[in-house]
Amino acid sequence: MTTVLPRQAPGVAVVRRPARVRLLWLLAVAVVLLLLVAASLAIGSRDVSWADIVAALGGSSDGLDQAAVTKRIPRTVLALLVGAALGLSGAVMQGVTRNPLADPGILGVNMGASLAVVVGIAWFGMWTATSFIWTAVLGAGVTAAFVYLIGSLGRGGATPLKLALAGAATSAAFASFISAVVLPRGDIAGNVRSWQVGGVGGAGFDSIGQAAPFLVVGTVICLIAARTLNALALGDELATGLGEHVALGRGLASLGAVLLCGAATAVAGPIGFVGLVVPHLCRLLVGVDHRWLLPFSALTGAGLLTAADVLGRIVARPDELEVGIITALVGAPFFIAIVRRQKVREL
Amino acid sequence: MTAVEVVTRSRLRRGRRRRLVIALLVVLVVATFAVTLMVGRTVYPPADVVRVILGEDVPGASFTVGRLRLPRAVLGALAGLCFGLGGVTFQTMLRNPLASPDIIGISSGASAAAAFAIVVLGLGGAQVSVVAVIAGLGVALVIYLLSYRDGVAGTRLILIGIGIAAMLDSVTAYVLSKAPQWELQEAMRWITGSLNGSAWADVVPLLAALAVLGPALLGQARNLAGLQLGDDAASALGVRVERTRILLIVAAVGLIAFATAATGPIAFVAFLAGPIAARVTGPHGSPLVPAALVGALLVLVADLVGQFAFGTRYPVGVVTGALGAPYLIYLIIRTNRTGGSL
Repeated sequence: MTTVLPRQAPGVAVVRRPARVRLLWLLAVAVVLLLLVAASLAIGSRDVSWADIVAALGGSSDGLDQAAVTKRIPRTVLALLVGAALGLSGAVMQGVTRNPLADPGILGVNMGASLAVVVGIAWFGMWTATSFIWTAVLGAGVTAAFVYLIGSLGRGGATPLKLALAGAATSAAFASFISAVVLPRGDIAGNVRSWQVGGVGGAGFDSIGQAAPFLVVGTVICLIAARTLNALALGDELATGLGEHVALGRGLASLGAVLLCGAATAVAGPIGFVGLVVPHLCRLLVGVDHRWLLPFSALTGAGLLTAADVLGRIVARPDELEVGIITALVGAPFFIAIVRRQKVREL
Repeated sequence: MTAVEVVTRSRLRRGRRRRLVIALLVVLVVATFAVTLMVGRTVYPPADVVRVILGEDVPGASFTVGRLRLPRAVLGALAGLCFGLGGVTFQTMLRNPLASPDIIGISSGASAAAAFAIVVLGLGGAQVSVVAVIAGLGVALVIYLLSYRDGVAGTRLILIGIGIAAMLDSVTAYVLSKAPQWELQEAMRWITGSLNGSAWADVVPLLAALAVLGPALLGQARNLAGLQLGDDAASALGVRVERTRILLIVAAVGLIAFATAATGPIAFVAFLAGPIAARVTGPHGSPLVPAALVGALLVLVADLVGQFAFGTRYPVGVVTGALGAPYLIYLIIRTNRTGGSL
């Protein structure tokens, strides 16, 4: 009954591609990632020569051109980190909930982190990156538990439809609460609004440094959980039979995912759909084995978010389009495509 | 007592209850409307309000009531009627309380288009409504086509609608982020819906839309009831299924889009009105009129609450959003417990 992962045409259900294919894809993704990083450094409202870019990377900041590139370095790093965190946490959430539609955005987890941060800013006068991150992780964790609880009550457990609806309802409620908190505070409204769209434009190395420990711990936890996720994919009974501690494994993996998306939301605002799209793409490339899928999702997520950021700078030149808007515009059709592929009874 | 008598009697009783509830709803709407006119920073007695409405010149009240509160109340009531009617039409037609226009993205489409028309194209007045209506119809068509695979399944339609809504909301967010000179209150209109700054110019297109589309929708009440039984049963009853469905969709989307162009997508009114109306009138009879009245009541009451219940004046959509989302969650939980399919 539980067809775990997205269904593929009969006969090509890929558990794990041959090692050669996987290594080839790894190489391809790495090359694309490097190209994207180069593009992210080179493209912006100001045209900069390659010599200046190299000089700026070397630490020099003579003239406007090199200064512009120096400002692009932290945002590129942030896009890579946030993208990797979101991709990885999406893959883990899809594994934990056995739900092809799971994503920190759709499940409302990002919105929970946002609400927590907004409340922290408005009521507790928080304004340091570290307090942001702790609050966001807390909000993300509580919301994830809440949404999963609502979605999984009753017969049939947590079906994709119920989880998606629970996430949408929670997001809507939190959006109202955020408005209610922000509206009386004209002084913080502008800041909160620009943070809420989701962007990496204002990145600095200090906020990256503060988020880094959370990202590292979250990543390690998620990677450790890969084997457990493989077992969970077989269904709870079978996983227990294989000697897995199902509840513990699920809790641990969720903790890792929440740490990642909470920290990512704290530094870049709520960015949706990366966690949804990336694991699906990666399953096509390397198969469903989580030991490969998870690292691949992190790499591809980093690439996707960097690409979205670069795209946002190209399409709206000399202005820029926030990365959260691009990912929603690209990701929502993907979401719809996944929904269309599923059979009705599985929704 | 023969069987015929029993049936007749229970029908009469149901009819009586329905009429009673509708009358009660009308009284409540009128009362809330009156309170909206009277209450504010200055409270005017009913006599003054009546004199203003009759066109007499009352110092102070003429401006406050005639220019500020009256358009606001009228616009709120009209938008509520439109949201209620449009929402319940979708919910009844698709036989699913979750298939309301504000959940499946039609309101988001109208709202994104209205914001785009105002901020980017610099349009105003009736042109905005037209753009919103076109966008609403377009979104409805896209959702219908995308969710069509061997017939339209409710769950697929709702999920696809959620995806579309997410996309359109980000368009709205983008458009608004390009309008930094705007007041936050003004921007909020296109995110949650607001009655602030209502003027008679907003009322006119909405009134016209309701006058045309409302009766058209009410005229289809019997066919809508037929559709509820399923396409086959409906056509056996003599309903021209496709024609009725297109008519219903166009009318309902039109109402929603006109209302959204005037007030923004007031969160969850379309979603809440139908189920609340069904709860108070019972399951018999057409849900259209009660749902419309409940919609108007919801908007007027929520606007009063938003304006006066807290230290800050909140737009009406924040109140209905905070009210509607828990109900949605409750609906999910309750459906889960009974094991029914959503």
